Amino acid sequence: MDDLNLLGPQLALLVGAGLIIIIDVFLPFAGRDAYGQRRPLLTGLAVLAAAGSAGWSLALVLADERGEPFDGMMAVDDFTLFFNFLFAGVAGVIVLGSIDFLNRNRFLGEYLALILAAAAGMSLMAAGTDLITIFIALELQAIALFALIGISKSGSGSEATLKFLLLSAVSTAITLYGMAYLFGLSGETSLDGIASYVSTTDENRSALVLAAVFLTAGLGFKMAVVPFQMWVPDVYEGAPTPVTAFLSVASKAAGFAVVMRIFLVALGEGIITSDWAYLFAAIAAVSMSVGNVLALVQGNIKRMLGYSSIAQAGTILIGLAAVAAEDPQLLLGTSSVVFFLGAYAFTNIGAFLAVIAISHKIGSDEIDDYAGVAKRSPLLALSMAACLFSLTGFPPTAGFIAKVYVFNAAVQADLVWLAIVGVINSVISAYYYLRVVLNMFARDPATEDAFLPSPYLGAALAAAVVGLFAIGVYPTPLIEASESAARVFG
Amino acid sequence: MLTLAIFIPLIGAAVIAVLPKAQEGSAKQIAAVTTAIVLSVAAYLFIDYDRGAGGYQFLDSTTWLDSSISDFDLNYAVGLDGLSLPLVLLTAFLGLVSVLISWRIELRPKEYFAWLLVLETSLLGVFSSLDLVLFFLFWEVELIPMYFLISVWGSGNRFYSAWKYVLYTFFGSAFMIVGILTLGFTAGTFDVRELAEVGSFDDAIIPAWSIFTLLSIAFLVKMPVVPFHTWLPDAHTDAPTAVSVMLAGVLLKMGGYGILRMSFSIMPEQAADANLIFAIIAALSILYGAMMTLIQTDLKRLIAYSSVSHMGYVLLGASSIGVVGLTGAAMQMVTHGLITGMLFALVGMVYDRGHTREIGQLRGLATRMPFITAMMLVAGLASLGLPALAGFAAEVTVFLGTFERHEALAICGVVGVAFAAGYILWAIQRVFWGEPDPKWAELTDATEWWERGPLIALTAAIVAIGVYPAWVMDLLRDGVAPIAEKLA
Repeated sequence: MDDLNLLGPQLALLVGAGLIIIIDVFLPFAGRDAYGQRRPLLTGLAVLAAAGSAGWSLALVLADERGEPFDGMMAVDDFTLFFNFLFAGVAGVIVLGSIDFLNRNRFLGEYLALILAAAAGMSLMAAGTDLITIFIALELQAIALFALIGISKSGSGSEATLKFLLLSAVSTAITLYGMAYLFGLSGETSLDGIASYVSTTDENRSALVLAAVFLTAGLGFKMAVVPFQMWVPDVYEGAPTPVTAFLSVASKAAGFAVVMRIFLVALGEGIITSDWAYLFAAIAAVSMSVGNVLALVQGNIKRMLGYSSIAQAGTILIGLAAVAAEDPQLLLGTSSVVFFLGAYAFTNIGAFLAVIAISHKIGSDEIDDYAGVAKRSPLLALSMAACLFSLTGFPPTAGFIAKVYVFNAAVQADLVWLAIVGVINSVISAYYYLRVVLNMFARDPATEDAFLPSPYLGAALAAAVVGLFAIGVYPTPLIEASESAARVFG
Repeated sequence: MLTLAIFIPLIGAAVIAVLPKAQEGSAKQIAAVTTAIVLSVAAYLFIDYDRGAGGYQFLDSTTWLDSSISDFDLNYAVGLDGLSLPLVLLTAFLGLVSVLISWRIELRPKEYFAWLLVLETSLLGVFSSLDLVLFFLFWEVELIPMYFLISVWGSGNRFYSAWKYVLYTFFGSAFMIVGILTLGFTAGTFDVRELAEVGSFDDAIIPAWSIFTLLSIAFLVKMPVVPFHTWLPDAHTDAPTAVSVMLAGVLLKMGGYGILRMSFSIMPEQAADANLIFAIIAALSILYGAMMTLIQTDLKRLIAYSSVSHMGYVLLGASSIGVVGLTGAAMQMVTHGLITGMLFALVGMVYDRGHTREIGQLRGLATRMPFITAMMLVAGLASLGLPALAGFAAEVTVFLGTFERHEALAICGVVGVAFAAGYILWAIQRVFWGEPDPKWAELTDATEWWERGPLIALTAAIVAIGVYPAWVMDLLRDGVAPIAEKLA
């Protein structure tokens, strides 16, 4: 029972998903009001499941319960709990943000259940401390995401699904290959077991490097960093916008969580530590530069945010490169990555929610069509601007603190060059983020009709915006949470 | 008290933001009241500052971000010394002026005045911060209101100019944050007072001169100096009048202030080594800016280039690395803020009436608008350094300070003054004197209280400093003296 109690947050999501599917079956399909009745019940249930998951995590924190359920196959520690909150929160907000989208479509139960299942998978990814559990969790969220991306069955949606499916399969295979190497060398599947082999051996260096490269490539797909980013723009554009938001925040964060678990625990000490640090530093620099430069020329806001998310992932990787550059136990880098993921969740979800609200009303995803949104819906435009300023890294928003924190980690790890690459990229990113702001505020709209987002979407967006300002003005709580999550690796 | 002064404009902005649409006309009254309160608080601080004791006063501090695994502690720490106090007063003064001369703004007045107030908070914060990261935070916050103010309420090529402004500053500050983080990591603190005690950064992870460069680039871009100045004429020309006043009057001073407070006082060794480079850049800016004024046909652009030239004196004074020169540099910041702020306000009034700033089209305005002409003459003469007006005191001090160290370059500076006499008087002559053009027969003089009031107040300040500079200069000298001591 103790084991189940510790995994309560994940189980809450899965139970929610199961209940939604079962109830969905027993509700009447016929009749004009069928959907009108089902919608509040099922979405309410989904939000409840997310809230329950977060609440359970909170109960674990308050009761100070930590442990390693199922004989150390997983760990419920501060790191896991941080990500539990993140994924439950993101899932809840995404459900709220999907209501407009769901109103226009005929599926409901399966969509909500898939979101919850994917969130549970991601949460398990963060908790996994054994290659086997990590792999199963990876698959759980990946399969849920395949279905979500193509759920609207449109042409571009199907193309996106196929692309994501094929590349995901390849990346999974590569990840598995890397895991097989580690297992073959150490004879262990648990990360601690591998760590005790890696930290003592001075043989098989090339095989270890190969394993690290395979894992980086496979998981780089999840983090969406260059050169494993090819799927991002098409999938982001083709998927329903709420799913895109989910992908860009939660899926990315889950990728980073697994990378931190595997690299910091299993490969944290030993002969190849500095090798993967350089690898991450190089990927970070390339991701930021490529993502930002390609984002400059995008006319579609979802593609633009897709490329921007590649650049952001590069910025986050700076923190990981900083972890190992000097000293594997340097916690600042880890903590900065965790903090950045938290801040980024608020910021990017907010940006996508605003896109959902605006694009729905103006009927276009083109940045040029955002002209004059500020006149038609001032609060919405201001919220969008706040998210974009946070993505750029302007104070007093979460993005500012996150960037300063990551660059600080880089400087302290003697990676001043990487920090400089990072700040120059921030300048480049200002160009395309502010272009959207300029369109919304300084240009004249085609029509003057005022509009408002739906109340649920508005509430979700307001929560994100308040969160990103709260973190920007008073970051200490999130900093403390990230630091205690980072101490897991200390 | 100081914290209050910094955040009062923000409160005013919040009040304006929640005004119902029907009452957006009262946004300007709220903004005026807010900035008037800030000005009175700033004036109170100016009087209350204990000149005998000197140093940083009105200190407020609290931990804002507490990290347990690194030195990444951020503190909210503010305070004023002799160098920052006059600049805070200047900001508060021009803040009120810029609200008053915007009295007739009709396009989205709520947003306009709210952004103007946010801008004031960020500027007060920049001059008051005693923590490098807090300083950087305010430094960056300033870009957002400026971006909106130029791109929405500007004229001409406003989108491009707003871009250019933000990207140039952001580019500079990107380097600054790396410099700040390196300094903080080396010294284990971001506190300006403690950093100033460190003295040597030779054991930092990157060479000390490179930290100095990272820090200084941002300030040189902001001042601006040649060759980083190209954003300035564009931003000035296309910004609305009140924003030009703030830009010339206060924002450029952020650069000069940063050089003195951050680069020079924290890394005196490197500053002393770089003094010749600074002097050369300064002389270049003075001469280049002055020459560019001669070929301008747009009145606002002409004054913008004169700003490049005049900000060169700030850097020239700083490059003397002596107490006299530094005092002159600080003084030049204050006087340039008043004089150029006034010039931009006047040009804005001419533009509002004639809807052109082309010097070639304006002629004989003196008969139509005697008050504006008289004011223009005062500001122009002050700008070219006429004794008994504010500019003179500053420029003389700069030259006195610089002659010993950089004789030839100081002479370049003096040549710049001769240029200034030429371009200012020539411009005034072309625009205000000559045969009145019948086209401009309908133009009226500045008669409203919100036009005359700020101009008279500015004139009073310029004359007060010109006649008796000591009331500001003594304070500034006490402020820069510790910096000069370290440089010696």
